[in-house]
Amino acid sequence: MAVIRPSTTEQQARPKSRKGVGRAAPAWPTLVAFLLPAFLLYTIFMIWPLVQSMIFSMFEFSGLKRGDFVGLANFRELFTRVPLNEQLPRAFLHNVYFFIGTMAIQNTLGLLFAVLLHRSRFGKRFFQIVYTVPYLISPLVVGYLWSLMLNPLFGPINQILKAVGLDSLARPWLGDPSTAFPVIILVNAWQWVGFPMLLFSAGLATIGDDIREAAKIDGASAWQVFWRIDLPLLTPVIGIVTVLTFIGNFNVFGIVWALGGVFGGPVGSTDVLGLVFYRTAFRGGVDAFGLASALAVLMFVFIFGVSILALAWFRRLEERLI
Amino acid sequence: MTTNTINYGAAGASTRSRRRRLRLADAGIAVLLWGYAAIVLGPLLLVLLNTMRTSQEIFRDPVGLPTSLNFDSYVRAWKEASFSTYFFNSLFITVASVLLATAVSALAAYVLGRYTFTGSRFLSAFFLAGLMLPFRLAIVPLFLLLNDLGLIDSRLGLILVYAATGIPFSVFILSSFFRQLPRELSEAARIDGAGEFTIFSRVMLPLVRPALATVMIFQFVPLWNDFFFPLVLLRSTEKWTLPVGMTRFFGEFQNDWSTLFAGLVITTLPLILLFLVATKQIIAGLTAGIGKG
Repeated sequence: MAVIRPSTTEQQARPKSRKGVGRAAPAWPTLVAFLLPAFLLYTIFMIWPLVQSMIFSMFEFSGLKRGDFVGLANFRELFTRVPLNEQLPRAFLHNVYFFIGTMAIQNTLGLLFAVLLHRSRFGKRFFQIVYTVPYLISPLVVGYLWSLMLNPLFGPINQILKAVGLDSLARPWLGDPSTAFPVIILVNAWQWVGFPMLLFSAGLATIGDDIREAAKIDGASAWQVFWRIDLPLLTPVIGIVTVLTFIGNFNVFGIVWALGGVFGGPVGSTDVLGLVFYRTAFRGGVDAFGLASALAVLMFVFIFGVSILALAWFRRLEERLI
Repeated sequence: MTTNTINYGAAGASTRSRRRRLRLADAGIAVLLWGYAAIVLGPLLLVLLNTMRTSQEIFRDPVGLPTSLNFDSYVRAWKEASFSTYFFNSLFITVASVLLATAVSALAAYVLGRYTFTGSRFLSAFFLAGLMLPFRLAIVPLFLLLNDLGLIDSRLGLILVYAATGIPFSVFILSSFFRQLPRELSEAARIDGAGEFTIFSRVMLPLVRPALATVMIFQFVPLWNDFFFPLVLLRSTEKWTLPVGMTRFFGEFQNDWSTLFAGLVITTLPLILLFLVATKQIIAGLTAGIGKG
């Protein structure tokens, strides 16, 4: 295409590329017109409130009205006021269990399915789709669905257990403080297992098959190929899955609400930070907004901070392994 | 050690036993995969079947087949339990949010993807940061902001918030697509005298249609399912979306399981249909950034 361009030095300097990047940008008014709508919407309704949370955490509130600057008093209050001082550490621990349980069950299963499906090409697409279906359902709806399934009187789960002679296992799954939270972790895994599976599948697809073939020709067993080739090369994906699981698990809300109620019952055995935060903000006392902002800042710093550290750690690990 | 076994296995008599072992492993894998598929589909199928049975039948025997094609439960959920209201609220709010977010994101993504200018890298990073922020934590200032704007208990308020949350992902995906379009196309249009906006809307936008579909579908699912923001930002029941309506519904109809199951189906069906027509886009959205699915 012999197009005569108004020759700018920039275009002469660069080798002619097929990609459109690098051309001199349009004039400022045009740029602004293109960028402003998204910038305003995103800044006003997303970034600014996040920034304000930090400011509000250091102010006293009376209902919707912001009062005096109180420094770190709200933060102190979080750990001293009854019942928050008990609920908060307990909810935090539950979130930690949630993360550990999800990593061990959901993400291990996801990896297993991805590896199995990658090897046996048959039916790969079908199983991927089936396993991803629950992801589409609202966590709240998944929770309600399983609350019916697990109902002690009319729930199909206990019915099935009795039908196959496992009467002793039938129990009020969600009414018993010792089983309620593990059950929620399992239900959550049921919903999300397709997500790590898809990510691991995509990761496995980027590892060329030739490297596996080469290893097999050298006599490596399937097991060795997995441990020595697939797993190390999946490090970046494992990092992403771990961090996304962490963020997701510390934000968990709807599914616990549906299965344990707004107080994370029975007797707080399923209470999580998301519920504590909601209750503090919208069912707390008159100074609730200051307290809730302080809690938001703590959760934000923790979730964001750990995510960044974890990503950096995985990147280092990746450099060492590959 | 293992190497040896395999080398010997490749030669001679033990080949057959090795093949048999492989076949056995294949069978084991198949059982595992089908077994888990049953765990996924079983409860969903049970829900579907139980919508066609009466609550008495369900209580008598939770796992059973319907005796006739009876859709009364759907009618009850739709009319008596206000699912018609919740459904259209959800539909309107979700569609409006997705369209708004996609429109503004496409504009921004176009210049960010095609040009380098002062601040362009910062802006890209600025938008990208939103992908990682636990946004719900900003609910208190957001609540006060919407309150000041008179947008509490307003569908418009929820739409603006939702649109904002959709921007990071949309800008990220769309700008990477715009970046890959060949330069000749826009140059040709420019020589024909087209302005920047014409080039964007007539030449470039049609070329990223697959990415637009991905971005829109991928925003649709979490917004349709969101529970937290309508719970906090909407008050009057006639504005509620499906997930918030669900909480009231499960209290009011707790003894009518047939209707409860129908409510679950009504809430989920649009997403299942969407998934069936757009499997590719949804999977692409889930694995965005990690090679090909």
